[in-house]
Parts: sequence; structure tokens; C-alpha cells
Amino acid sequence: MSQFFTLSVIVSVVASGIRLATPYLLASLGETIGQRSGVLNLGVDGTMVLAAFAAYYTALKLDNLWLAVFVAFLVGLLIGVIYALITVSLHAAQGISGIGIFLFGLGFSDLLFQVWVGTPLPIPSKLPPLGIPGLSSIPQLGDALFRHNLMTYGAFLLVPVVIFLLQKTTFGMNVRAVGENPQAADSLGVSVERTRVVAILLGSSAAGLAGAALVLQGGIFQANLTNGLGFIAVAIVYFGAWRPLGAMAGSLLYGVVNAIVLQLKAQGTIPRSASDLAAMAPAVITILALVFLAGRVKAPAALTKPFTRH
Amino acid sequence: MARLVINIEYMGENTMNTKHRTWFRLLALLFSFGLVAAACGGSDADDGGADAGEATETTAAADDEAMSDEEMAAMDEEEMADDGAMSDEEMAAMDGPLRIAVVAPSSKDDLAFSQSMVDAIDALDREIDLQITDGTFVVEDAAAAVRGYAEDGVDVIVAHGTQYGGSLAEIAPDFPDTTFIWGTAADTLGLDNVFAYYPAADQGGYVNGILAAGLSTSGKIGVVGPIEAGDAVAYIVGFQNGAESKGAEVSVVYTGSFGDVALAAETATAHLANGADVLTGTAQMVVGAVGVANDAGVPWFGTQANQTSLAPDIVVASQVYHWEVVLEEMLALRDSGTIGGQAFEVNLANGGLVIEYNDAFDLPDDLRAEADAAVAGIIDGSISTGA
Repeated sequence: MSQFFTLSVIVSVVASGIRLATPYLLASLGETIGQRSGVLNLGVDGTMVLAAFAAYYTALKLDNLWLAVFVAFLVGLLIGVIYALITVSLHAAQGISGIGIFLFGLGFSDLLFQVWVGTPLPIPSKLPPLGIPGLSSIPQLGDALFRHNLMTYGAFLLVPVVIFLLQKTTFGMNVRAVGENPQAADSLGVSVERTRVVAILLGSSAAGLAGAALVLQGGIFQANLTNGLGFIAVAIVYFGAWRPLGAMAGSLLYGVVNAIVLQLKAQGTIPRSASDLAAMAPAVITILALVFLAGRVKAPAALTKPFTRH
Repeated sequence: MARLVINIEYMGENTMNTKHRTWFRLLALLFSFGLVAAACGGSDADDGGADAGEATETTAAADDEAMSDEEMAAMDEEEMADDGAMSDEEMAAMDGPLRIAVVAPSSKDDLAFSQSMVDAIDALDREIDLQITDGTFVVEDAAAAVRGYAEDGVDVIVAHGTQYGGSLAEIAPDFPDTTFIWGTAADTLGLDNVFAYYPAADQGGYVNGILAAGLSTSGKIGVVGPIEAGDAVAYIVGFQNGAESKGAEVSVVYTGSFGDVALAAETATAHLANGADVLTGTAQMVVGAVGVANDAGVPWFGTQANQTSLAPDIVVASQVYHWEVVLEEMLALRDSGTIGGQAFEVNLANGGLVIEYNDAFDLPDDLRAEADAAVAGIIDGSISTGA
């Protein structure tokens, strides 16, 4: 255990936790916006894996990482359009529609991967870590916090942006209003459908970016790359009490706990007989936190409820 | 009057809404067809739709107990006479290729477990009509695929996953004329139409361990494992014993997942932070760990399939499963009338396990010689892997 408390190991664990948290953070921030407008999207994982394939294929063929990010963003946007059409325009049940999107993304990404790529090949280059001038040279702290790739920095910078969007803009006020009481918002002239569509598009695009972050950090794609990550992102939104800072805290908790468990296993501190139990630790901690928060925070009142004008 | 106008406006809006809804529903219908098409496209099993129909007819004919063998023979002769001379080749073509189906848990191109079986069937020295359902993460999906193939009259069905055993125990007795091949497993579930196969993965693991210890300068080696089960355990135990026999310290981490690529990558990073300078791992999620090893310029050892293409600069060697060695034996038995009931092991001695080296990696000759000696020792029994 004493090995764990060396500076180099702690730096490695924090850096690893931040890397692991990045896709969770991007996806959960987007889902926070959607859920605040009253729309639950369980298709986050499917959107992520399809966007991840799009980013992977673009990077593999064109070796242009930023174009890959943009393509993943577009794929997220496109899936968002489809999901908005199904849930907002057609008033379909959000839960089952999201699962449909998840299955579509999972199956279609695998199909495209098998047809266009086949055997997994690493992309020519991954997102490189960039040191922030001045900060990255701080001993230990610099390596842990200020030597990451641009998507990681971008994900954390999105937190204040989303807070500002939800709290300080007219659009954000509309999002919160249609998520709490769409009938009242409608009577005040707010277009519930338009607000929810835009919220879904923002959320789905963020899921696309999360897929890009996953594949461009790892440098490779394989079937079911996300491995349920999108569903954890949805749980993190609940954990974070539908607030961007809460989503960041949940993502970091999940990432850092995972990193700590891996490190303790690598050092042999966690015996191999307890390996599977330890692997469950992040999920167990998240569930415990959700239980603790139950009753203390309130979900948007109109969450999952389709809007029909009376 | 004003109320009437408003009502007319509402009626107009309702009519518009109805029209929009109709279009939306049509779009939704098209989207649903798209979903179904995508789902179907994910499995090669459906490529053989026409074949399945033919197979059903063949099975029906075979099941027609009212017709004796003599009558069948007479009918064949009559048909031959009608058609004129029929060569041996034409007769063979009429029999058709052997229909084999594989149900596998991950992608058939995973450079690991599933691909090893697909490559093995491709390497068989006979005419094969191969159908594949891969990515069956859910055991119930795999069971449905296995039963579907059996009902379609597929001759040999490979259930490539230890986790499929329970389903196979229920399905195989319903199709006593079909050969089921199941692995990795050392028993045939007590069924006469089930062959089992398993790899002595500890053997190649031991050889890789010796090589890894020879390349390590820090004396620390990291292992990225999936869930502690099956051939992953055998490989890792063999690897650990091989490396430790040369004085290296081996750290093993089971991530708890066969598919979490990001977690595998971070596990590799954790090993490097702890001073490891050689890595290995098993199962399909190791592609993430190989990427980390490649970035760090750290040697990597593969297993199940040849992983050189993932990182040509740092993959030293891979233990490759050549299931075709035992598949040939199973099919030969099937040809002679034994359609199951035996378990087979692939190992270094029978050529079912092969250490494939990456020629682009500059491996010292003395180390290569040491590994070759270990292979010979394991084959002649003078070296025990300790598994």
C-alpha cells in the first residue's frame, strides 16, 4: 500500500482518472442539457459508438484528427435529428426510442466496421498530450492536470459553458422551463418542441464528441467499443443532480476510482482473489451515491413526458 | 363569427398536423426497416438464406423414412441414366460443401479469440460453406443462433465460447444428427454429438514469459487480463511462471471486462507507472493496451492470434491458436460416423499452438534460442509450465 503513496504513482493515477473521465464528462454534459429540457436519451451509448467509428474511419483513412472530431460531431447531430423526430415530433416513448437508437448504433457501427475495415488497425496518430505553458512545468501537479490532449481540456472547459448556457441565457431558461412545466412555458410563448429539439441536438452532438474522444485517445476501434459507457454517462447525470458541475464530479469520481483500483491491482495491493469485486467498485460507489442523493434532489418534473398541447 | 374563424383555423392546423404525422409515421416506418436491415447486416448468418432453404429440403428428404436405401439408390441410377453420364466431380458437387457455422462472442476480426477460430476454419483442407454469427455478447442470442443453424440443417456448428455450454446442453440433444463443437472446454457435456476443444495456453504463455524476462531491463513485467476465467488464466499462469523462472517480477491485473478497451489501455499505463518495461495481455480488449505499449516503445507479447499488425514495431511474438489441427481430427471422425463425444487439446506438440515471431522486431539470437529450447522442453516433458 505504501507504494501507492509515492508522488509518481499518484500523478499517474490522477492523470489516468482524468483521461478515463473525459468521454463520460462530454456525454453526461450533453445528456444534462437534454434531460433538463425533459428528454431522456438512452441512446447515448449507440450514438457514441457510431460516432466513434466515424471518427476512427476518418482518422484511419485521412489521418486528420480534427476532421475526425468534426465528422463524429456531425454523426451525433444526425442521430440527434432522428431521435428528435421520433420523440418530439412523433411523441414516441423516450425510453424505448433511446434503446432503439442504442441498438441501431451498436449494430450499424459493427456492420460498417466489418465491411470497411475488418481487422482492427491502429490510426496513424492519436491526440497528443499538450502541456499548458507555465502550468505544465509545475512539479508533479503539471503532469497530473496540465498535460492532456485538447479534447480533455475542451471537455472540462465545456462545464462553465454549459452552466452559462443553462443559467444565463434565454435558451437555458427555456430549457429549464420546458423541463419543469412545458404547459406553462408554452402558454408564455416558448416553443416547447423547438427548445427540446435543440437540446437533443446539443446532447447528441456531445455524445458524438465523447465517441471521438474515446477512439482518438485509444487510437483504435473495435465492435462495441463503448462497452456500456453511454449508460454510465446517463447514470452520472442523475448522480450529478442534473447540474453540469455534478456531472463533472460524477465523471471524475468514476474515472479516478477506476484508476485507483487499476493501480492497486497492478501493485498487488488488491489480491487477485478480490479482483472481480474491485472491478465493481466504481459502479458500487455510483449506486451508493445515487441512493444517498435520492430524495435530496429533484429530477426535472417533465422528464420523459412527451409534450402535447391541450 | 370570430369563433367560427378560430375554429376553421384550428381545423386547418389539425389537418396539417395529421398530414405531418402521416409523413412522420412513414419516415418512422422507413427508419424501422433501416434498423432491421442494419441488425441483419451485422451477422453473416443471413448471407446463407438460400442455402438454408436448400438445407431444409435436403433434411426433409433425408427424414423421409418411407423410402429405403435401395429405392434411393435405384432412383439415383434412374436420374443418372436420364441425365446421361455424370462424372465423379458432378457427384461431389451434388453432395455440396460441408456446411459449418460459427457462433462467437466478439468480432470475427478481433485479432484474438474469435478470429482464431474463423482463421482455422478457413485453413481447413476441404470445401466449406461457412456462416458466422459473431458479436453475440448475450448468451441467449448465441443460443438462438445455434438453434437456428441446427434447424437450418447446418452440418457442424461451432459454439466458440465457454459460456455457451449451458445452452448447448439444452440444444444439442434436440438435433442428434448435427455435430456441435464447443470450446474452450475439456468435456463434451456427456453428449455423443458434441466435440470439445481447449488450448494448453499455458505452454505458449510460458515461452512468451521467458522471452519477456529476457527483454526486460527493469525486471518488471505487466499483464493485462480480462475476467479471470478460461484460457486467459492458463495463458497468464504459464506466462508468469515462465517469466519468474528467469527472475522477473510479474504484475497481473484482471480488468473485469473482455471488451473495455479504455480500461485495458489505462491498465497498461498503470503497469508502466510501476516500472514495467514489457507487457502482455489476452482477450479482445488488449488492442487498447497494445496502443499504450506502442506509444511507450515497450515490447508486447500476444496470444490467441498474431497481433503483429496492431503494432509492427513492438510486438515480439504471439502464441497463435491453430484450431484447424483438432478440427481436422473432429471432421475425420465425423466422416467415419463418430459425430461427437471426444475432447481435444491444442498444444505445442500437435502444432495447434505455434509461437509466431515478428521478423521486424530485433530479437537477440540467444533469446530466440532459449525460447526454442523451452518449446522443445515443453514438448518432450522436461519443462513443466506449472499450470
